[in-house]
Amino acid sequence: MESLDHIRDELLRLVKGATDLEGLEQVRVGALGRKGRLTALLKELGALAPDARKARGAALNQLKDAVEVALAEAHARLSDRALDARLAQERVDVTLPIEAAPAGRIHPVSQTTDEIVAIFGAMGFVVAEGPHIEDDVHNFTALNIPPEHPARQEQDTFYLAATAVDGSRKVLRTHTSPVQIRTMLRQPPPIRIIVPGRTFRSDHDATHSPMFHQVEGLIIDRTTHMGHLKGCLIDFCRAYFGMADLPVRFRPSYFPFTEPSAEVDIGCSREGGGLKIGAGADWLEILGCGMVHPKVLVNCNIDPDEYQGFAFGMGIERIAMLKYGIPDLRTFYESDLRWLRHYGFLPLDVPTLAGGLAG
Amino acid sequence: MKTTLGWLKTHLETSATLDAIVGKLVMLGIEVESVIDRAKPLAPFVVARVVEAKRHPDADKLQLCLVDTGQAKVEVVCGAPNARAGMLGVFAPPGAVIPRSGQALKASKIRGVTSNGMLCSGYELMLSDDHTGIIELPEGPQPGESFVKAAGLDDPVLDIKITPNRADCLSVRGLARDLAAGGLGRLEALDAAPVAGTFACPIAVHLAGPDDKACPLFVGRVVRGLKNGPSPVWLQERLTSIGLRPISALVDITNFFTFDLGRPLHVFDADKLEGDLAVRGARPGEHLAALNGKAYELEPGMTVIADARGVLSLGGVIGGESSGCTESTTNVFIEAALFDPVRTAATGRKLAVQSDARYRFERGLDPEFVRPGLEIATRLILELCGGTASEIRVSGAAPEWGRRIRFRPDRVRSLGGVAVAATEQHRILQSLGCAVQETGDHFNVEPPSWRADIEGEACLVEEVLRVHGYDAIPAESLPHAGAVPVPALTPAQRRAGMVRRTLAARGLVEAVSFSFLALKDAILFGGGDPNLKLMNPISADLDVMRPSILPNLLAAVRRNADRGLPDVALFELGPRYRDDTPEGQDLMASGIRAGAVRRKSWDEPPRPASAFDAKADALAALAAAGVSAETVQLEAAAPAWYHPGRSGTLRQGPKVLATFGEIHPAALRSMAVEGPVAGFEVLLDAVPEPRAKGSARPLLRLSPFQPVSRDFAFVVDEAVPAETLLRAARGVDRKLVSEIRLFDLYQGKGLPEGKKSLAISVTLQPVEATLTDAEIEGFAAKLVAAVEKATGGSLRR
Repeated sequence: MESLDHIRDELLRLVKGATDLEGLEQVRVGALGRKGRLTALLKELGALAPDARKARGAALNQLKDAVEVALAEAHARLSDRALDARLAQERVDVTLPIEAAPAGRIHPVSQTTDEIVAIFGAMGFVVAEGPHIEDDVHNFTALNIPPEHPARQEQDTFYLAATAVDGSRKVLRTHTSPVQIRTMLRQPPPIRIIVPGRTFRSDHDATHSPMFHQVEGLIIDRTTHMGHLKGCLIDFCRAYFGMADLPVRFRPSYFPFTEPSAEVDIGCSREGGGLKIGAGADWLEILGCGMVHPKVLVNCNIDPDEYQGFAFGMGIERIAMLKYGIPDLRTFYESDLRWLRHYGFLPLDVPTLAGGLAG
Repeated sequence: MKTTLGWLKTHLETSATLDAIVGKLVMLGIEVESVIDRAKPLAPFVVARVVEAKRHPDADKLQLCLVDTGQAKVEVVCGAPNARAGMLGVFAPPGAVIPRSGQALKASKIRGVTSNGMLCSGYELMLSDDHTGIIELPEGPQPGESFVKAAGLDDPVLDIKITPNRADCLSVRGLARDLAAGGLGRLEALDAAPVAGTFACPIAVHLAGPDDKACPLFVGRVVRGLKNGPSPVWLQERLTSIGLRPISALVDITNFFTFDLGRPLHVFDADKLEGDLAVRGARPGEHLAALNGKAYELEPGMTVIADARGVLSLGGVIGGESSGCTESTTNVFIEAALFDPVRTAATGRKLAVQSDARYRFERGLDPEFVRPGLEIATRLILELCGGTASEIRVSGAAPEWGRRIRFRPDRVRSLGGVAVAATEQHRILQSLGCAVQETGDHFNVEPPSWRADIEGEACLVEEVLRVHGYDAIPAESLPHAGAVPVPALTPAQRRAGMVRRTLAARGLVEAVSFSFLALKDAILFGGGDPNLKLMNPISADLDVMRPSILPNLLAAVRRNADRGLPDVALFELGPRYRDDTPEGQDLMASGIRAGAVRRKSWDEPPRPASAFDAKADALAALAAAGVSAETVQLEAAAPAWYHPGRSGTLRQGPKVLATFGEIHPAALRSMAVEGPVAGFEVLLDAVPEPRAKGSARPLLRLSPFQPVSRDFAFVVDEAVPAETLLRAARGVDRKLVSEIRLFDLYQGKGLPEGKKSLAISVTLQPVEATLTDAEIEGFAAKLVAAVEKATGGSLRR
């Protein structure tokens, strides 16, 4: 009878010698399969005397365990090797360039408008809108700009060619202020609105565009005074430019629809040729404002002895140019992809006060 | 409006520095646009005397001048014909930068002779346009003295912007008056003592204007026996300092008065007048040869001054050539009048005449300063030109201007936001020329004659604040109604923002383009309504309001393609205009894709933009606006600017929500755009408002049972729209089916001519129990029957 030691040595040698999973399986079947050598030896146990069977059985089981352990080890080793071989074959050149998903952009006017809405929204303003094609009353007369007023000549107004029965012509609104009138005629005070939107002036050169965007603000209630006007706009400028110490200056000016009126400057520096917003030697005008003129209130059926408030207006492109360093107004409307990709904003970059607006 | 510091100080006694004056003006609401220091670039130039001048040995037109520069006598080569021995000129030493050329001067040889500097012309120093000769200085200064000082150029010029309400500040005196009120000095007294006339004014003036307002007051007098030569140096310097050209004493005096006191005058050569003067409306066919050398056709409604022979001048606008003063004028008639601002502005605008007089008259002049202005002017004319003055002849009267305003000093606090003591308010208003009377809790305030802009209480609040200082108003943040503000956006505005960012996230770049475009392009896109044409477009290709955003985006495609960027994906959220009413403006989200939506690459073939890209964009925009694709019907038809076979309309019932498709090749050709280009237009205003149903979502019910998928292919006629098949399939069992996807379209080998195969994948999601084979088979049979019935096709086996 073959010595068990010899069988063990041979089986372990066969296990060790298997070079792939298939070979190893053959070894397993040869040893432990239905017709395997160990299986055959185990089958023979039944023919032995009980004493001899016990000793032989124990030895055989020991042998079987050893072979099974060796098989498991070899299986693990060969599986790893097979996987390595497969992975080596599946290799791709990951340096190949991918085709990036086409990148859309948000126009600076839209982004800036969203920033403005975020800031004034936090102060309780709601967004109002109005038509671009206006009548003379809303664009001028109700705003205390009578026909002969010099301010009417200074604003280069676009007129529509068609005349109404009374000889009047529609205009393209020269400012967002007509929405003040429409709002005051529609709803009673208190009012707190901002009006971002398109405006039109018949002017076209390096610093003027026939179309541009303004944002108008209007508050009407019983108590808002010029100190609030200052506070509101200082708060806005500092939040918009992300500078808590930005100097803001109010100086007297004139608009037909406000009294008192003011122009607002922010601090800047022009040292070395470039413009830098912040504390510096110079001032830069960025918006006009004032307390709503009593005549405008009267024109909107609001009693100026009971109600008062302020209004302001500023150019959206202008403050976008200042904040984002965009040099030329005209480029905003040229739809040049190179410009839009350079100055535009990522679609998901939604301005929020929580996230900060410093750009 | 310009002035110099020195000129300002003739009206304002002050020790304030230039910076303090500029700072005060700005904070009073008088914007100083710039301070021009004329002295700086002229610092190196000195007064010099030509001691000797002789012909250059080698050049006929050049002279050799020996020049005394105060430090040395140097030889200078000079080409000016007026260079001569004895004259005083302006010398530039080597190293001086010549303002006109910006070049530093070097000692150099000219035709063999070294020139050690240069004698300068006004042109070279940028003081005038005169380059015919060198500057000749009047006697007085010594050689070596600074030219800046000798010529009075050390006086800085202030360029000031005056707001339209402040006509009173269109004069040096007006500026001084405001500065004095602002506490920056004392206004010098103005001597307007009458000049006694020695004879009666021989010329009468008849006021017969187009209406009573046209010229309510006309004051005039004659001065006889004067001599009109050049004006004195001080007057010439005043005028040149603010950019005016000195002409003759009489003309210079009127110009000076316009700026110094804000009182335009006109001086007629009395010997050229025929009979009395009339202020009247122009008659049809009349014209005027004006002092600016131009001829104007006049129209009724314009105010003219005429004599027996005809029109002499346009009141408040411009004088006429025929009665103008010359060097030989000896007798004059001086006019000081009030002309109606509205009429003056209209006349000036109609004839396109800009004049300093018009600018002032149309903003409104001090009605009480007509006669004093004439008296002061008379005195200066007598002083500079000699002669004797007649008595003054007054026609008409100053219109009523006085008014009393009830002013509550507490409004400075309640409207202006700063507490200012009533006594201080009283002082400020008085310093501005107001008469103030305190009665109980309010003041009765009478503004001065030169402040027609002060109309009511709010104006007085501004006056007090302006002088007290806007800086002194404490800033207060707006009080909040609550810690958390109400939403700033309406649901529709928020939705528009979602659409904008969704389209950008899909790779489209946002553009902002003009609301107007060329008529021919408008017509291509359903526009061209004559009611939407502009009367005064800035150019012919921007002359009508846009009926669609697409043509603007197509023009952008062309411009980008011209720059080498043919693959364009652009969108714009903005208006289109159907008519000129407020309701005729729609908010659109429109976009285009041109060139390749997918460029050639190593792993996929390139793909040009197609109607399906536009369809996907439109549906994505609608989804962002809250419209799910299942609630939208698609119709294979679209407006004329789309490809008729490759476009569609998305609607809800009769309401059009969007159109999409390839742009019609004819439209592309007309706009010189290379195709194909796909585009879409979403009518955001047509999207229904979300129903107010609260923020809670319907409860999510998840089925524990396994979903089952089955694929079906149908052979149908080529012309059968996929939508017909899908609609039939969807209708079979809406409860059981969770998804139907069309995943294959096949035509060709194996199929009869004119047929196509459409394959769909149907997912069934049971909710009560796992589906049995019989149930699945039953569903399949129903689906096949329904599709076959709807399409006339058959299941492909």
